[in-house]
Amino acid sequence: MKTSMLCRAGALRAGGSIFVAIGLTLATAFATPESDTEVAARKAALDLAGAFSNEGFKMRDGHWSGTIKPKDHALIAVNLYAGNQYWFSVGATDPAKKISVNVYDETGKLVQTESYSEGEKAAAGFSPTSSGQYYVMVDLVEGNESSVCLVYSYK
Amino acid sequence: MRPVRRFVVLAFLLVCCAVIGAEPARLPAEQMAKAVRSDSISIPTPGELFAALEKPGKPNWVGQMRGPVGTNYKNRAQIALNLGSLIADGFIAVEAKDSQQVKNIGTDIIKLAKALGVSENVLSRGNSINEFAENNEWDALQEELEATQNEVKSSMQSHRDQDLIILVSVGGWIRGTQVVSAAVMQNYDERAAKVLRQPALVNFIQSKLSEVSPDVRNEPLIKEVTGQLPGIEKLVAFPAGKAPSADEVKKVNEAVGKIMGQIQAKEEAP
Repeated sequence: MKTSMLCRAGALRAGGSIFVAIGLTLATAFATPESDTEVAARKAALDLAGAFSNEGFKMRDGHWSGTIKPKDHALIAVNLYAGNQYWFSVGATDPAKKISVNVYDETGKLVQTESYSEGEKAAAGFSPTSSGQYYVMVDLVEGNESSVCLVYSYK
Repeated sequence: MRPVRRFVVLAFLLVCCAVIGAEPARLPAEQMAKAVRSDSISIPTPGELFAALEKPGKPNWVGQMRGPVGTNYKNRAQIALNLGSLIADGFIAVEAKDSQQVKNIGTDIIKLAKALGVSENVLSRGNSINEFAENNEWDALQEELEATQNEVKSSMQSHRDQDLIILVSVGGWIRGTQVVSAAVMQNYDERAAKVLRQPALVNFIQSKLSEVSPDVRNEPLIKEVTGQLPGIEKLVAFPAGKAPSADEVKKVNEAVGKIMGQIQAKEEAP
């Protein structure tokens, strides 16, 4: 996994991922009406995750959206499989200035990840050696209360 | 160096070593218990499961395909469970690169979706699945299947059929686990067997099933499925990092196979 590939964040240009992105957008639109900032946060997350498609990562058709306050965090439980590689991509919107993503294992221990951070977007990638539950923590490091969205990719 | 000074320097070095070597603080259990858990991000898709299974070596996907399942169930809960399992079958057919089987399964998915009264948007997915299958576009097909599952669930949500959403996920997880455990049994490999460890996931599924309306919860089939999940949770609770033995995999396969048999059982004629 190379963090440098994120520089090519052409977002969703990788053919098949368009379908997931459209499906995800449509699906959410049917489920609950979303605010403009939630839509923008999701777009930012999808933009970032789209870059990983170039490296063969498939975007999982599902997401988590919420709001995050300064110096606060969101903790999301995910269930992962040993053998796969994962990237967790988070997007936020102004007035968030800097966010971070960390992953913890089922005992609460911080997992070593590759990380990427660029203002309102951040990502963490790793390959679990044990299948089971993990926790993705999203922190608002700088800025004010904002919508955030988490999506993940695997291969 | 004077003994006192030597002691101070030594103590300082020891403190430095302790700080450098100290593990970062762990998340407290209460915090982990309050983590957000949702169907849309906490339950892995069959595609994720199968991707992990393939890592040590390609399994015999063709051998994991099953014959056609019924599409004329009357019970909505049973339809939802079968819909989830059929979507998992779609992933298997894609892995097996069997375009005709993908088309057959796509048709059955749409039949079951129609029976549940989902939106036209879902129905149009059937055409896309056929088109991608005709052109052997396997990556696009995987994504289309995931999108179909997601759209079925969204449609259920907008039709106030929330109870059925978790059943689609349950059907997919049970069928996926049945296939993976069968594939591992055929050609045992520790790395492949490790993917079966998912106690927290089974626990989450149980908690979601406990939240469904009493009408659905008291359906005989749902009671059967719910009653067997605590046993399955124990069967997939291997120690972290340890692969289950071939015998343990067999037990998982038998347990999920039993539930799958009940899910796809034809209703008795009146």
